[in-house]
Amino acid sequence: MKITEYIKKNTLILDGAMGTLLQGAGLSAGEMPEGWNVTHPDIIESVHRAYFDAGSNMVCTNTFGANILKFSAEELEKIISASVKNARAAAMTSKGSQKKWIALDIGPTGRMLKPLGDLDFEDAVAVFAETVRLGVKYGVDLIFIETMSDCYETKAALLAAKENSKLPVFVSNAYGEDGKLMTGADPLAMIALLEGMGADAIGVNCSFGPDALTSVVEDYLKYSSLPVILKPNAGLPRVNGDRTFYDLSPGDFADSVGRLTERGVRAVGGCCGTTPEYISALVSRVADINPLPVKKKKITLASSYTHAVRFGDAPVLIGERINPTGKPRFREAVKSGNLEYILREGIGQEEAGAHILDVNLGIPGIDEATTLTDAVCRLQEVTSLPLQIDTADTCAMESALRRYNGKAMINSVNGKTESMAAVFPLVRKYGGLVVALTLDENGIPKTAEGRVEIARRILVEAKKYGIDKKNIIFDPLAMAVSADKDAAIETLCAVKMISKRLHAHTSLGISNVSFGLPARDKLNAVFLVSALERGLSAAIVNPYSAEVLDVYRAHLALSGYDVNFEGYITSVTEQKNNVEYNITDLKTAVIKGMKEKSAILAAELLKGKAALDIINGEIIPALNTVGDGFEKKTVFLPSLLMSAEAAGAAFEVIKSAMPPEQKSVGCRIVLATVKGDIHDIGKNIVKLILENYGFDVTDLGKDVSPERIVKEAISLDARIVGLSALMTTTLTAMAETVKLLKKKAPACKIMVGGAVLTEEYAREIGADFYGKDAMDAVRYAENVNKN
Amino acid sequence: MIDNLVFVKSFYLPPVDRREALRYAGVREEIPEITSLLDSCIVEVDGRLSAKVCYREYELSTLDAYLDLGFARTDSSALRKALDGCKKIILFCATVGVDMDRLIARYSIASPSRSVMLQAIGTERVETLCDEFCKQIKEEKISFGQSVTKRFSPGYSDLPLALQRDIFSALNPEARIGVVLNESLIMTPSKSVTAIIGIKM
Repeated sequence: MKITEYIKKNTLILDGAMGTLLQGAGLSAGEMPEGWNVTHPDIIESVHRAYFDAGSNMVCTNTFGANILKFSAEELEKIISASVKNARAAAMTSKGSQKKWIALDIGPTGRMLKPLGDLDFEDAVAVFAETVRLGVKYGVDLIFIETMSDCYETKAALLAAKENSKLPVFVSNAYGEDGKLMTGADPLAMIALLEGMGADAIGVNCSFGPDALTSVVEDYLKYSSLPVILKPNAGLPRVNGDRTFYDLSPGDFADSVGRLTERGVRAVGGCCGTTPEYISALVSRVADINPLPVKKKKITLASSYTHAVRFGDAPVLIGERINPTGKPRFREAVKSGNLEYILREGIGQEEAGAHILDVNLGIPGIDEATTLTDAVCRLQEVTSLPLQIDTADTCAMESALRRYNGKAMINSVNGKTESMAAVFPLVRKYGGLVVALTLDENGIPKTAEGRVEIARRILVEAKKYGIDKKNIIFDPLAMAVSADKDAAIETLCAVKMISKRLHAHTSLGISNVSFGLPARDKLNAVFLVSALERGLSAAIVNPYSAEVLDVYRAHLALSGYDVNFEGYITSVTEQKNNVEYNITDLKTAVIKGMKEKSAILAAELLKGKAALDIINGEIIPALNTVGDGFEKKTVFLPSLLMSAEAAGAAFEVIKSAMPPEQKSVGCRIVLATVKGDIHDIGKNIVKLILENYGFDVTDLGKDVSPERIVKEAISLDARIVGLSALMTTTLTAMAETVKLLKKKAPACKIMVGGAVLTEEYAREIGADFYGKDAMDAVRYAENVNKN
Repeated sequence: MIDNLVFVKSFYLPPVDRREALRYAGVREEIPEITSLLDSCIVEVDGRLSAKVCYREYELSTLDAYLDLGFARTDSSALRKALDGCKKIILFCATVGVDMDRLIARYSIASPSRSVMLQAIGTERVETLCDEFCKQIKEEKISFGQSVTKRFSPGYSDLPLALQRDIFSALNPEARIGVVLNESLIMTPSKSVTAIIGIKM
């Protein structure tokens, strides 16, 4: 019998701790327990056998840390082969008559994935894949991914398991006192991710005793459609003289786990501090519990690495601004590899009130798969909102979905056979909440009835891929009323029909309705309210539109979603900024570092002055004043940056009024933090100040290889390359980069900086200039540009 | 695997020491714009930190050629001097959590001045966490008639940063408090500290 069948009708008994027992058997601190599979097979086998004798249905191989980061390929194969053999031998020789399975145990790598750490996602997938392949080769029955404390690493492990085996996969996470993983994910976010990717059972282990995990387990029982696992510690460790012990007795442990089993947990065992005695007690405690059925939950979720957004409660706002349509500067920025523009749009929309961000980089002539994936990863560094991956290119869609940390929204599939055949397999593999447009080979039906018909067909087709209705959001397509006066009415009608007849969720790109008409926000706002009244679950909107946000908040207040009207009241109460007192000239506003005020004053000045006059007469003198002060140490770094940001805000406004040839001084600078180094604040400061002075800066980010820096410097025809390093350990990478640049791009000037650098070292590695701070870099760049 | 002799403690930190934070931000004279920036950053950080320490006690042996720290050996003369007269050490790893890094990353795009201030607050927070932890240890040891030395971290003086690898295999802070060591010996979360305190009998 397959374990996935067994768990449908029975409570599955797992094993207890391995490490605890091995320490008892003489494993010394710092020694790798996995090695004992080979050196002490008899002991490992006896531990497994003790668990089988106690009544475990499933034991985990002694392979928690068995991966190619810790062992050589040869060692790893020996360890995994021996570990499976030991567990098998135990199953054969145990006196227990229960059903028995052997799970390949996979724990965390011990490294942190990028962007927080330095392990690349695909490298993590490859590490887990190697362990999985060996587990499959030596004949395990299933894969047990456990004690994962990071959402992204959990995804990497599950993906590796799915791609390299057809075995059932159980996934268990370790939660902290705050009910979240170490890197911030809550249970709902993990449930969304793991269910979407096709785990067979999910739950929690380690961390604490069973009682402290109750609220997390309750969330799993409430929201998960999969069997729930609970494998807690034997309480908390305590010291008694030189001895440490866990504070729950086998009886108390079994009792607490038993109570949660009565409420629906389907796979129970123990983690740190538990022994066969605990499992014995647990077996007796749960023997008479009639397992509750595992029910499908109908909740619709999209998630990020911290939280999930739920559809069907308060309507969800999806920010539409990361989209090149009608935005020449956006296109220009993306084409030149500058993703910061996008990141700022992401943060801005989040601050304005969006719950999810649509990400569309459909620009002709770019490598969309690479750019979209990059943008998704970079956005996930600066915002924790779930993203909606919006592309017609299925390669780009797959690449971005794969890297996405969480369960993404996917925009979109439609009723065309070809579209469904391309998109549904991706939803099936990576998970996702997919937006389905109600159009097909014959175009968009004019009537609501026709669109609902397509929706029905999409549901039928999705089912063939195992994609549930809850993971589809229908978009019955908002069309311009300027082209067809009945367009809005039919769309609204379709929203109502889909929600009432199909009991499915809907989303609309609101802004389309007003295309071709003036004062579009007014129309958008009323259209939004009308759609919300008809049951719309989500709306793609411009979150910067005051009209749209106002009606949205009013709708929440009137529909009972805004408890105590807090959201509504806050939104209508004017926010006073008490620092921006009575400053009326742009120069002072920039010197004082007032961002919003500078933008407003720049806009006013533009009415009577030429753009260049404002820059040369107000902004540059202000920057010089602050820059001089900084060099003389009368102005400090935060003030310098505040001024730079204020100048940047003024530039934003002024640039829109300038012809392109005046926008820069025509000197391209490429900046990067060198390979191995993940510090980028210094480099970011230099970039900001250089941009203020009109330089075209391309920022390659942090941890950038010498090859990539050289390639970009050549392709962008950079005059200057600026390199930053903050660690003594990464100075060698800087030296390597300089060497390669001098060889491949000899005309390019190299300036270097960073905390550990000295002028002497800079000279030694062949750099052209050492800058002690951002102003130094500006002066040097100005010099290079003059010559 | 979980070794039972390492302990984990969570802390509630006292309010931010503004002068220290400003010092880390390179500000030597407070002006209204800076005060307002600092205040709003402190508000934003509030409630987002997760201050934790994991630690373990080791016997210390002072030999001719090197110090045996119980989890590793070192020939650092500065550490030898700092631990002069000690019989035991406490090795610890402290962190204020990963959200500080996320805030810093977000504002490095949205507002670099804020990012610099958050960096400074993060440094102040993790130093304060170490102070709080050391204070507790000191009080505990004093009650046994013992005394403690100041904390000493890898990278200070001649104690090599490479000791981090031994510290990480001894404490396993990855599993306990979510601190990992990257290949270039940088810790994530970045606002984390490892250090040694000496105990005199």
